[in-house]
Amino acid sequence: MPRTIIEKLWDSHVVYEQPDAPALLFIDLHLTHEVTSAQAFQGLRDCGLKVRRPDLTLATADHSIPSTDRSLPIVDELGRKQIEQLEKNCKEFGIPYYGIHSDRQGIVHVIGPELGLTQPGMTVVCGDSHTATHGAFGALAFGIGTSQVEHVLATQCLLQTKSKTYQVQVNGSLKNGVAAKDIILALIAKIGIGGGTGCVFEYTGRAIRALSMEERMTVCNMSIEGGARAGLVAPDDTTFQYLNGRPHAPKGADWDASVARWKQLPSDEGAQYDRSVTIDADQLEPMITFGTNPGMGVPINAPVPSPSQIADPAARADLEKALRYMAIEGGKPLVGHPVDVVFIGSCTNSRISDLRTAASVLKGRKVNPKVRVLVVPGSQEVKRQAAAEGLPEIFRAAGADYREPGCSMCLAMNGDMVEPGKYSVSTSNRNFEGRQGPGARTFLASPLTAAASAITGVVTDVRTLL
Amino acid sequence: MKFQTIHSRMVPLPATNVDTDQIIPARFLKTISKEGLGANLFCDWRYDAQGKPKPDFILNQPRAQGALVLLAGDNFGCGSSREHAPWALTQFGFRAVISTSFADIFRGNSLKNGLLPVIVPAGVHADLFRAVEKDPDATVKIDLARQILTTPSGREVEFPVDSFSRHCLLEGVDELGYMLQHEAKIAAFEGKRAASINTLAN
Repeated sequence: MPRTIIEKLWDSHVVYEQPDAPALLFIDLHLTHEVTSAQAFQGLRDCGLKVRRPDLTLATADHSIPSTDRSLPIVDELGRKQIEQLEKNCKEFGIPYYGIHSDRQGIVHVIGPELGLTQPGMTVVCGDSHTATHGAFGALAFGIGTSQVEHVLATQCLLQTKSKTYQVQVNGSLKNGVAAKDIILALIAKIGIGGGTGCVFEYTGRAIRALSMEERMTVCNMSIEGGARAGLVAPDDTTFQYLNGRPHAPKGADWDASVARWKQLPSDEGAQYDRSVTIDADQLEPMITFGTNPGMGVPINAPVPSPSQIADPAARADLEKALRYMAIEGGKPLVGHPVDVVFIGSCTNSRISDLRTAASVLKGRKVNPKVRVLVVPGSQEVKRQAAAEGLPEIFRAAGADYREPGCSMCLAMNGDMVEPGKYSVSTSNRNFEGRQGPGARTFLASPLTAAASAITGVVTDVRTLL
Repeated sequence: MKFQTIHSRMVPLPATNVDTDQIIPARFLKTISKEGLGANLFCDWRYDAQGKPKPDFILNQPRAQGALVLLAGDNFGCGSSREHAPWALTQFGFRAVISTSFADIFRGNSLKNGLLPVIVPAGVHADLFRAVEKDPDATVKIDLARQILTTPSGREVEFPVDSFSRHCLLEGVDELGYMLQHEAKIAAFEGKRAASINTLAN
């Protein structure tokens, strides 16, 4: 029977299956960070267990790490202790650790791919819901809780039940000024934030094939915002070209054998999906969110929905609550709305192509003096590449604050936060209440839209500046 | 700990799509312990900017004290994978959350921490909200062994839960212990797949 890539990945990783119990699924790569691992390591210690496969586990510090000068001590005592604990745990259990002073440190979902660790056909997990990022390579990658982090550390396996398959077909091609971020924001606006619950997305279609690997990572990254734990793109020549030559990618004859194996992964002709949805890329506009979950998004020139138009009482109450928190009115577009902060970064949009895009808009321009602009590269590698291309000079000349790699203002754990009541245009993935700091109000958008809004000081359609 | 049948009043929180950033904001995730999170459950809805409890928020009202059941809106627990969310809910005292739907990762995390996600049809869900509105002391019974929720009016409603999780909860079985029993199978799988497993040593 023809199988989807999702089923192929599942079938090739089942260690053991019996009726009435979840399957034991083997995990090829486990990434970990300071926030969701300490209690798991303590669990191992309490049970006298070892890490079964330290050679399949990698740790870095990203969530609590300051984006300021790394030669200075960490001021926040809790953050410092958490990072020190991770370092201690990695030493004790023999896990490779790219810490605060490592030249490979970075956001866990940025460094896995750039090191060539994330490969087609793998299962990848991390105690972080944005693990679906790695699905861009044709891997089954999903976020797990701390109990499961402990399970993987101890057994290199997880107890899992098979998800449903959900095809997201993106036809056509993107217009100028419309980005990969707009595809995923449009999908979530269409199906809702619970639309993919219980499913794994496979992104297919001409518009997905045309995306670079970094753009595919942006799309897969936010699968969880559509309710799906995982989302993936079948590997192709774009995938192989990206991987070839990376530090952990296979070499020589091993490379050829791997590519031959990876070419078997794409969904078979005639394979059936449990669900499907189609998006026409030709019709997409730059997207922006107006509310307090990522599904509350509209094309940038379209009016924000008005509660009076909503018939369902629960949905209307939801919208009213969101608009009240955001202190905006329904019925008008967001274009022209004042902006206090612009954040360019996060596991969604902090890769070199994102920084290049932002720099292309900011070059030769000045950010509006009322706007605080933070540009935070995803990793030390991204930072080195940006430096080689002269991007930091462009950001600084424009008046943006260029920082050290980490999650930063995406979730405001490290001291980088939006003040109460202020508005940010952010390239990150979540606009939940208080996500960027207590009382912060977030508009999610692409790096193009974020950079354009930084210059004008108001929510801006980037195409007016191109 | 074995999961016992629950008889409790419900704490209604009708907001839909409650995300884990609301359940426990990220700034409380700097802890390296599982403890001490209950005090900050729903922190930004529960306390004002000075840290004083907001009297109109349900968790600050006497009816929430000692209640074992949270009656939540659709798609509860979306967003981040933080297991701190069920830790905070159980430390406050909750043993079950009733909703029409739950986000996948939150549901899995809850089952591993003795917090039962109870999925009910939309009609039953609406009836439960009406029942607590009429009588804040309206009580539900949640019998996991039978997978039956008994509404305040005495109606029995079956709810889904996978048989493995149900068994683990009822018998107090630790999943990791179960997994470790399969060590030989894991080793055999690794042996068979060694060539295609890419280690960090490569």
